[in-house]
Amino acid sequence: MRNIFLFIRRYFNFLLFLLLQVISVYFIVSYSRYHEAAFGNIANSLTGSINKQYNKIEYYFQLSKTNDSLVKANEMLYNKLRNNYNISDSANKIIIDSLKIDSIIQFRKFRYISAKVISNATSSQSNFIVINGPNVKGFKKGMGIVGVNNNVVGIITEVDGDYATVMSLLHKDSRINGKLFKGGETGTISWNGGQPNIVSLNNIPKSAKINKGDSVLTSGLSAIFPKGIMIGRVANFTPEKSTNNFEINLFTATDFYNLEYVYAIESADAEPVKKLLDKAKASIN
Amino acid sequence: MSVLVKNIVRFILFIFIQVFVLDRIHLHQMITPYLYFLFILWLPFKMQRSWLMIIAFIFGFTLDSFNHNPGFHAAACVLIAYVRPFLVNIFVGQDGADNNFEEPSIKSIGGLMPYIIFVGVLSLLHNAWLFLLEAWQFGNIWYFLVKTILSTIINVFLILITELIFVRKQRYRTNTV
Repeated sequence: MRNIFLFIRRYFNFLLFLLLQVISVYFIVSYSRYHEAAFGNIANSLTGSINKQYNKIEYYFQLSKTNDSLVKANEMLYNKLRNNYNISDSANKIIIDSLKIDSIIQFRKFRYISAKVISNATSSQSNFIVINGPNVKGFKKGMGIVGVNNNVVGIITEVDGDYATVMSLLHKDSRINGKLFKGGETGTISWNGGQPNIVSLNNIPKSAKINKGDSVLTSGLSAIFPKGIMIGRVANFTPEKSTNNFEINLFTATDFYNLEYVYAIESADAEPVKKLLDKAKASIN
Repeated sequence: MSVLVKNIVRFILFIFIQVFVLDRIHLHQMITPYLYFLFILWLPFKMQRSWLMIIAFIFGFTLDSFNHNPGFHAAACVLIAYVRPFLVNIFVGQDGADNNFEEPSIKSIGGLMPYIIFVGVLSLLHNAWLFLLEAWQFGNIWYFLVKTILSTIINVFLILITELIFVRKQRYRTNTV
């Protein structure tokens, strides 16, 4: 016994060195488990608040970059305008058009409305984003939210004056329909509360052909998001043992650490679809 | 300024400079500019090795929590904190500069060349251990070697520039210990 104590005293520094190294390696290996631990959340909230203060300053330095990307997005959109194209020969004839000038408005299914993110969290299990802006008053509960590059961010849960809370994709109760771009199989996107850039896609049968990096898009089945908006890319997948499904993890297309502006999507279909569903439910009950 | 206050200020400054300045510079994928561990090299001579390691661990861990990647920098910092006293003994063991000076610097280590070796060896160890831990996750040994050596050169360069810009006044203390 005495020898053990002597040994520990003699090599105390080396043993401490080994201990600290083992702790570090343990953190590295078990990152996801650590992330949920209480201490991790404290560390994250502290660094998060410092980062936020810093972001306020950095935002101004990023303005020119943001501007450039917006100009490019605008350029692309202007090039898609209908009156840039000679669709048919009739364009060269002088005819009296009986249609209304903005006839396209009638057939519009989705409208994008901008808003600014004022608070954003990624560190807890149930993350909400708060948005603000002059248009927010007109927002409704259940509208979809996409990022600047047209990637899914979340769904509005509450509107209060100029502010609205958005249930982020990184919320343990969030459920969004997703579709594999290649195969077309649809499933449900949810988040297990782990890493903030990885969500999971459930209910994809084992018969589906999946590769790493495959795109997962919105399915267009829910009338919240238009069809074909990017949700993420497949990070890894394993067959579930107990069911006939895959367990698929996705890297989110949205960078949730870095949200400045978002768009709310107003859907013309949302109301009638909801009414129909309610009617169907009522008739069954 | 007392030693404690000075080192707390340095702790915060080095972390901020690393996180908000150096980590945002993308020179090349092979080169990661690291300056933050200079904090550990600048800790007082008199500090016990075990305390050195514990402080290094906390320091590295703080940086890790900014990167949301716990463990990597903590491990590397602990390693250089463990090795630092050996090197100090090699360079200044005989003439007792560690009694006359407070902390490692060009003057107290005994000239520019020994200081470059001192900084270079610790920087190499830091980078090697850090990138090795990363390589265990991502693979590829050549990438690891080239990255370690290139980054070490840049790190030493950065540290020397820092020494030139921020001259630390080193009081020559008589043998009071």
